Amino acid sequence: MRKDYRLEKRKYVICGFLITVALIYVIRLFNLQVCDDRYKDFADSNAFLRKAQYPSRGLIFDRNGELVVYNQPAYDVMMIPRDVQEFDTIDFCHTLNITREQFDKRLSDMKDRRINPGYSSYTPQKFITHLSAQDYGRLQEKLYRYPGFFIQKRILRQYNHISAANVLGNIREVSAKDIEKDDYYTSGDYCGDLGVEKSYEKYLRGHKGVEILIRDAHGRIQGKYEDGAHDVAPVSGRNLKLSIDIDLQQYAESLMVNKIGAVVAIEPKTGEILAMVSSPTYDPTMLVGRQRGANYRKLVNDRLHPLFDRALMAAYPPGSTFKPSQGLILLQEGIVNLSTSYPCHKGFISGGLRVGCHPHGSPIPLKPALQTSCNAYFCWGFKAMIDRRSKYGSSADAFEIWKNHLVSLGYGYRLGVDLPGESRGFIPNAKFYNKIYGEGRWSANTIISVSIGQGEILATPLQIANLCATIANRGWFITPHVVKEIQDTVMPDELLVQRHPSIDKKYFDEVAEGMRMAVTGGTCRLANLKDIEVCGKTGTAQNPHGKDHSAFMGFAPYKDPRIAVCVYVENAGFGATYGVPIGSLVIEKYLTKNISPERKYIEQRMLESNTIIYSGVKKH
Amino acid sequence: MELRSTNKNQQSVFRHLDWTTIIIYAILVIMGAVSIYAASYDFDNASIFSFDEFSGKQIRWIGLSFVLGLVLLLIDARMYETYAYPIYTGLLLLLLVTIFIAPDIKGSRSWLVLGPMSLQPAEFAKFATALAMAKLFSGYNFTLNSKPSNYIKALLLFFIPILLILAQKETGSALVYLSLFFVLYREGMSGLILFAAICAVTFFVVAVKYTETTILGVPSGEFSVFILIMTIMVGMVGIYCKRPIIARNIFLWFVGTGIVVFILTLFEIRIPGLPYLIGATAVACLYCLIQMLRSQLKRMLVVVGFTVTAIGFLFSVNYVFNNVLQEHQQNRILVALGIKEDLRGAGYNVNQSKIAIGSGGFWGKGFLNGTQTKLKYVPEQHTDFIFCTVGEEHGFVGTTLTLLLFLILILRIIVIAERQPTAFGRVYAYCVASYLILHFVINIGMVIGLCPVIGIPLPFFSYGGSSLWGFTFLLFILLRIDASRREHLSY
Repeated sequence: MRKDYRLEKRKYVICGFLITVALIYVIRLFNLQVCDDRYKDFADSNAFLRKAQYPSRGLIFDRNGELVVYNQPAYDVMMIPRDVQEFDTIDFCHTLNITREQFDKRLSDMKDRRINPGYSSYTPQKFITHLSAQDYGRLQEKLYRYPGFFIQKRILRQYNHISAANVLGNIREVSAKDIEKDDYYTSGDYCGDLGVEKSYEKYLRGHKGVEILIRDAHGRIQGKYEDGAHDVAPVSGRNLKLSIDIDLQQYAESLMVNKIGAVVAIEPKTGEILAMVSSPTYDPTMLVGRQRGANYRKLVNDRLHPLFDRALMAAYPPGSTFKPSQGLILLQEGIVNLSTSYPCHKGFISGGLRVGCHPHGSPIPLKPALQTSCNAYFCWGFKAMIDRRSKYGSSADAFEIWKNHLVSLGYGYRLGVDLPGESRGFIPNAKFYNKIYGEGRWSANTIISVSIGQGEILATPLQIANLCATIANRGWFITPHVVKEIQDTVMPDELLVQRHPSIDKKYFDEVAEGMRMAVTGGTCRLANLKDIEVCGKTGTAQNPHGKDHSAFMGFAPYKDPRIAVCVYVENAGFGATYGVPIGSLVIEKYLTKNISPERKYIEQRMLESNTIIYSGVKKH
Repeated sequence: MELRSTNKNQQSVFRHLDWTTIIIYAILVIMGAVSIYAASYDFDNASIFSFDEFSGKQIRWIGLSFVLGLVLLLIDARMYETYAYPIYTGLLLLLLVTIFIAPDIKGSRSWLVLGPMSLQPAEFAKFATALAMAKLFSGYNFTLNSKPSNYIKALLLFFIPILLILAQKETGSALVYLSLFFVLYREGMSGLILFAAICAVTFFVVAVKYTETTILGVPSGEFSVFILIMTIMVGMVGIYCKRPIIARNIFLWFVGTGIVVFILTLFEIRIPGLPYLIGATAVACLYCLIQMLRSQLKRMLVVVGFTVTAIGFLFSVNYVFNNVLQEHQQNRILVALGIKEDLRGAGYNVNQSKIAIGSGGFWGKGFLNGTQTKLKYVPEQHTDFIFCTVGEEHGFVGTTLTLLLFLILILRIIVIAERQPTAFGRVYAYCVASYLILHFVINIGMVIGLCPVIGIPLPFFSYGGSSLWGFTFLLFILLRIDASRREHLSY
């Protein structure tokens, strides 16, 4: 047949169609391969299993090198639901020491996206956490029978001493919030919670390593990617050396049994905290392992709030322990000198106002006033300062100066201790009273109770202890801290430098002498040790919750002090009844390592007494 | 004498062989073997020459297919013409027998097991059908349009194998024979039928598929269909109406306004997309109508009619699909078309294949460095999805090169077809081109997620002896016929 040239042109249509399609495909390929970067990531997450290598967490030692917190391996049973094949459930339960019901419950919990939002049948899911070493051994032997299950090694904390839970803190699994805040964490990691575990988390946790494994479409591991060339070895966490003396800590805790309150002991020269007790406390091992959740709930719901670290979170009225600071301010401002005396006729009486006092000689100057804890003296002194318009212009201006001195002594703001959750306490300023009473409508008499550490004034036991350390140092302090050394790291400067309050050094000697007199012949006579010159000041703080709080601050020895202590016992009555004995026992224990026989009876009384009954908190 | 003439004949065969085609064939086959080696490469135990491996087997198939090609070239070209119907009948019988004696492999009964080998007769029926088609069209004074029964004869020739292959449950292979409509078109079937069918399918798939992203506020699918309609309009005016100047004007109008809109978007001035597209097309249609009135060219009306119908079709497809059909019906269509991203089920293949190709980047990860294909993320990666390996290991460069090779091969075959002095040679060559076009379009389209997943191999690349041999038959018979085209001239 002759060729039809009209039809031949149709080849262009066919070619055109083909070329168009090819062009579309090239554009599509350009889009897929060059423009869109996502596919590379998809491919990597397909093929590479980035397995985290967990470093061992830093160990924690006390100031004498005694190991306090260490690691123990724990084993989580993980499962990849998709890979699980039929297996002998009864044998599995038997191996893990769980009942069939627990097994079913665990499985349904795991699949419940409300409980386990990250559930996916493709990724490893936690089946059982914290297997004991024995269960681990048994399971390891039989693991080949249970495809889809594997064991992930974890690290748990272990404690050598059932003590200092508030200082040490604990570790917990990270929450979604933690992961959001710090991209170091991935689901299932652990992080510090409370205490130094939290505040030194970055040092303790070390650095996770990663092992890049190649995984095929069936989830089987085909080996290391490029023979591990891109793997990163984990870096162990740094060890911490606490400034805590674990023996002293335990001793102080034992004295505080059945009492609510706190004990803080500081080495004045270094700002190192030797003991920091919050009572009631708890057993740190409660928050380890499988029972953590249940125990944590129990502690949170406990009416005595054991998780609340009273040593630095609780703001108490300092009561008479506030008086040394008042003496310092009055001296500094030139309101009084050592011979200035104020009258005390069973109290301070002015303008229809009366602040009671107990019987002692009258009129008295500063040192005897500290010795006898005379309310009237400090009220008069305060009034003399606040109402001295000739010097300050107005009560408000005078009050601001008074407040600034206190702030320089560490009150009213966080001291900056290296533990989480520190409270500021409370020192009001002039604005505060202007708001309540109106500008110019208040004077010293209106707010006279702040002069004796009552009224609006609140301080943490740590701040009180810090004031004591400042007096012991005769005029300076170092921010209190619980960590003495971080392995291979220099301590941060702010925990090493001296801080100088706005009070001249010479005045501290006078106040220290007053505190010494309180021990030798005043309110703190129970603290008068045979061989050690103790200085102290009691406090009896009225409070709206019931019986007065019993407080004490003291340091020793008088010359060259090595320990400054604050004891605060809620609803325990006079400072001399609980504060002084406990404080003096802590001082004696630390300085002499034991309690002299003639003071054993005091120790006995403190160990056995119970003041919780006065607190109004019913324990169920 | 007899011997000398044969010698001369053979010499002329090799002198007149179309070496371009053979070289591209060889390159594609070798690239295929390399890709299969890469796809089935195991990180742990690698050996090229183990014949147990896919690549080893494929190398054996390739070697045999070279021998086969040589044998085919040595057979006298006239033999193919003479025995076209017997070969066709023989393979139809084989297809029929296969339905009954083939073992059930994954639901299909298409494999004949012969000792260590198994062959798929459906692959060989392709060249037989092509021969039969060529034979039919080479009949004395045969033209498609001379009588309607000629259409029926032609359609019967390829619908019988389609039915037999469907009976073997090999839908994909059966579909390939539909490409012979291209041949019918070339031989005189009205182009509008073919064109309208292709457009309808393309518009539907594109419009339904790309609804998630938008361009200028119009779903990408609809936007793309509009661009297609515009392109088609320009093409029709230029080719169908033979008015290149009008076509150029319309083209400039579309491109010009398109560029303006694009530049405005760069300056954060948002032009609503749909009014622009409809407006631009409407203006072009109006222009065509005016031209029609001036020149009395009825074909312009066809162009306008086509464009308006296409836009109407586009909107009705969307309307019917989104508003009339219920959700489960929509899903069924989407899944059947391989459009719905059902990542666990049917969509898994396409998704993994896109990941593999997409992760290749511009230059690729390098030979044997592809993780997705090595780690078996892409199913059927050495057969239907072999193109993934190219995409992952050789990147955009590799995929474009492969596309280019196929394009050149098919265009070359069309060139060969058009230079045939006989209808037999031409029709046969067009059959070969048509098969290749369909395989190429569907296979690559499916791997890059543009076409529904229809399991047909990529010619010369995919693992498997039947497919390779089937295409070798097709190609070398063509080469043999082409080589002796001059003999006809000397008649």
